[in-house]
Amino acid sequence: MTHIELTVNGEKRSDDVEPRLLLIHYLREELGLRAANVGCDTTSCGACTVLLDGWSVKACTVLAVQASGHEVTTAEGLSAGGELHPVQAAFQQEHGLQCGFCTPGMVMATVGLLAENPHPTEQQAREGLEGNFCRCTGYHNIIRAVLAAAEAKSAEVTA
Amino acid sequence: MIPAQFDYVAAESASHAINLLAEHSDDAKVLAGGHSLLPMMKLRLATPELLIDIGGLDDLAGVSLDGDELVVGATTRHADLAASELVRTEAPLLGYAASQVGDPQIRHRGTIGGSLSHADPSADLPMALVALGGSVVLRGPSGSRIVGADDFFEGYFETALASDELLTEVRVPRRPGVPWGFQKFVRRANDWAIVGVAAIDGRIALANMGPRPLRAATAEEALAGGASAAEAAALAADGTSPGEDIHADREYRRHLARVLTRRALEHERA
Repeated sequence: MTHIELTVNGEKRSDDVEPRLLLIHYLREELGLRAANVGCDTTSCGACTVLLDGWSVKACTVLAVQASGHEVTTAEGLSAGGELHPVQAAFQQEHGLQCGFCTPGMVMATVGLLAENPHPTEQQAREGLEGNFCRCTGYHNIIRAVLAAAEAKSAEVTA
Repeated sequence: MIPAQFDYVAAESASHAINLLAEHSDDAKVLAGGHSLLPMMKLRLATPELLIDIGGLDDLAGVSLDGDELVVGATTRHADLAASELVRTEAPLLGYAASQVGDPQIRHRGTIGGSLSHADPSADLPMALVALGGSVVLRGPSGSRIVGADDFFEGYFETALASDELLTEVRVPRRPGVPWGFQKFVRRANDWAIVGVAAIDGRIALANMGPRPLRAATAEEALAGGASAAEAAALAADGTSPGEDIHADREYRRHLARVLTRRALEHERA
């Protein structure tokens, strides 16, 4: 067992884990944070996307021990006081989902994308979500949601 | 999918990692971003007994200049390489290649040292290193040695890296303002190249046209002899015998090498 200390959604955690425990399993099974999903389990689909020190990563390809000393954010950590994060609100407004399985990953990838590039063009938004697959929507509403979230965020800043 | 059991050590320094490698040799693997190694371990294609994590060694990351070379630390992540102003000025081909690896999440984790020592013949950065005529610094228990890109890649997932050596640094010649071309043919988002081509300064490197990134030697000779881009590109597949898979048979890959080389040469950027 290896001792890890990390911050998850603002809360300090301290655990002894098997080195082979993947971050996604640590989050879902040890901490009960089930927003991030296991989709392809091969670093392709992005359903397991979370933020590691603010950067979007695929938690199926990160060991829990690699996250020790770092900050992890999942979709559960986005909404403060039950209020939707602007990206979540935009996904709801633009109906950027159908079955919802890819949605937590899409939302986290979008939060990461907008942190790097607050005003993406449609093309940049599409390329920025290249690591997230949706098998329902055909992506159009998802991209609308990303652009709406960017607009809402910049309106918030200038207001 | 869950990897087989292993022991884990977070290395305290490069020397610590090298000592552990020397002690455990073939039973140990170096972990940085883990974006080549962990997928292999999950499929149990790799079952190391010990993982030596160098991901936290900040002194192995970063970009700097040393004389006429750009020096990139082994644990520099693809996203940082792609975003570096210094790289964009001094070796834009390298930064662009980094921006074409996988997808954003993969670029946030994957490192240049990991990609090069994994040595997937279809990968972007090995091809870029060969085109740039760069080299890698390999550090072992008895010191460092510098190996040129043409000698470093030996075969499918095989390099000159010895089991007690750590790839610590990547060095490429500074090429500010020199036109370059990069072409990658894929069918799906975030996929590896079916064929890739990187060209700069009369050098042409091919990805996925053989067991390691290859130079298009005949085309390079033609360019040096004054041939046009189209004439040289027609020779790009000479001497290659690429593998076949569900994406492409041998002749189609050879066709792609010629077409992409022409595009790389005709649409060079500075």
